[in-house]
Amino acid sequence: MDLRLDHVTLVYPDGDSTLTAVDDVSLVVPSGTTTALLGPSGSGKSSMLAVAGGLTPPTSGSVAFGDGPPVFTTTTTRDVATTVRLERIGFVFQQPQLIPSLTALEQLELLAHLRGQRPSSVRERALEMLDAVGLGPWAHKRPDTLSGGQRQRVAIARAFVGDPHVLLVDEPTSALDHERGVEIIELVTGLGRRFDAATLLVSHDESTLGAVDATAYLLDGRLTERPAAA
Amino acid sequence: MFVALRDLRFARGRFLLMASVIVLITYLVVFLASLTRGLGEDSTSGITALPTDHLAFTVQADAPPSGPGGGPTFTGSQVEQSQWQAWAKVDGVTSAQPLGIAQVRATSTTTTAAVTAFGIEPGAGLLPHGAGKADVADGKVLLSSGAADALGAKAGDKLSIGTLDVTVDAVLDVTAAYAHTPVLWTSLDDWQELGAHLAPGADPTTVATVVALVTSSDDALAAADDDIGTVTQNLHESLSAISSYSSEHGSLLLMVVFLVGIAALVVGAFFTVWTVSRSGDVAVLKALGASTRYLLRDAIGQALVILVIGVGIGTLLAWLTTVLLQSVVPVAIGLSTTLLPAVVLVVLGVAGAALAIAQITRVDPHAALAAR
Ligand SMILES: Nc1ncnc2c1ncn2[C@@H]1O[C@H](COP(=O)(O)OP(=O)(O)OP(=O)(O)O)[C@@H](O)[C@H]1O
Ligand SMILES: [Mg+2]
Repeated sequence: MDLRLDHVTLVYPDGDSTLTAVDDVSLVVPSGTTTALLGPSGSGKSSMLAVAGGLTPPTSGSVAFGDGPPVFTTTTTRDVATTVRLERIGFVFQQPQLIPSLTALEQLELLAHLRGQRPSSVRERALEMLDAVGLGPWAHKRPDTLSGGQRQRVAIARAFVGDPHVLLVDEPTSALDHERGVEIIELVTGLGRRFDAATLLVSHDESTLGAVDATAYLLDGRLTERPAAA
Repeated sequence: MFVALRDLRFARGRFLLMASVIVLITYLVVFLASLTRGLGEDSTSGITALPTDHLAFTVQADAPPSGPGGGPTFTGSQVEQSQWQAWAKVDGVTSAQPLGIAQVRATSTTTTAAVTAFGIEPGAGLLPHGAGKADVADGKVLLSSGAADALGAKAGDKLSIGTLDVTVDAVLDVTAAYAHTPVLWTSLDDWQELGAHLAPGADPTTVATVVALVTSSDDALAAADDDIGTVTQNLHESLSAISSYSSEHGSLLLMVVFLVGIAALVVGAFFTVWTVSRSGDVAVLKALGASTRYLLRDAIGQALVILVIGVGIGTLLAWLTTVLLQSVVPVAIGLSTTLLPAVVLVVLGVAGAALAIAQITRVDPHAALAAR
């Protein structure tokens, strides 16, 4: 299902005044493709991802999946947004953000438990996903015994294990070297295509983005043309 | 409790430390509760074993300071024959018998011990259940099992109690103690010769300490108190008239209550720190789609596991200790000294933890996007 942002604006309170982090952004990420979101620090990339993922409601505008009605609007409650995230969205964060006490396999099984299923009922699928990111042999390791790149791969497997319609990725390569970064972007875009997810991927580093289908530039919260200097 | 149980295992050092503290506090609480009850029974069982329901006291002008709440005291009470005769005629009173209580030294052929002499009229029916057909008579006393132990005496032995020489008629298989001394029963006439506390001008041959009442209704008691010049209390209320009992019992109970409060605070403090330290994980779990209810259930379940294990082990250890020490320390074991404190500790511990864990509701899933 496509990811559709429709005139999304996000305003943060900033002391006595306000700060417009996302300014009237409309964007479509087609199903099965990856759009990279570029822009300087503070341009509002993470904020846009937060709205797209229902982590914070937009100040105006809405987010929809496919041709369905909006899933996140200005009035969406936390509980509703939580359920949408659980059922339909996968997240990969800047840091892997794994739960320290869980093994790689359990990080993936956790999602089934959150959905009210028996964790063991998704074991096969979880092991497949770990194989798909090249971590089959590390399934029973905890995060503290994995390398940074391996952890990020576990986080990617976790994001895909629930068959999300939409995948939101925030600077997955910032902690990795160039080569590792390219690998991770290729992995995400490949899996997004394979599982037919609409992927929005935030990045600083354009040089790692050979595998993405489209790019969008954000400057001071607004979508702009590709800057000539970049 | 998918995450909670794994966190328990992963951070086992911290949780073991917490559980050990709970074990130790529980041990203290349960042991103190047993001691409180044991010492309490050691002060009151002679009174609670009376087959009556009310006691009528007088408050003497020269009485020692009154009990807590200004109530009467056994040591300050002295009733006259005319008073127990008047009580017998009150409506709703089926029996009114004089009862003399005096702490004295008793000497057997082998040893000397402090005892409490309960002076009763022969045939008055004031012996505890379990006395069978035994009764007091002039010159003959009955011993509680505790008194027999303390004096090393058996039926037929000669004793001197205070200034009086008597013979042990029988040893009753009953536990009866008063203010940490075992009870023996004498006739009221003998008791009056032991040197009871006497108000100035009283005739020593016509006094006792209280009037023991069996009543069918307590409607008329207050009016009768006014007429006769007594203060009537039911058996339970009258325990605070035992001067050593009320202060001792009160301070021990206070200690138990404080310990339970401390336990709740310690558990609350632990889970405050723990919840703060895992707020990053909580934000991630929320971003992944965990509801706040799911996370609260998870965390409170974790607190419950630690508390049940800690309190369970502590209770078991304290129970074993009390069983082993039963013969040397005045402890009493029952549901009220084991299960009750255990349940209260778990409930208050979970309440303390829940207050801390409630911080989970304030964690913003948006924080998961921020680098840790
Ligand atoms: N929770 C918040 N409350 C208030 N202001 C915020 C908050 N989060 C971000 N901002 C502000 O909104 C603007 C956009 O921030 P955002 O994190 O979206 O930028 P970004 O493009 O992701 O930057 P970076 O590349 O450094 O991660 C910044 O000016 C930031 O200070
Ligand atoms: Mg950012």
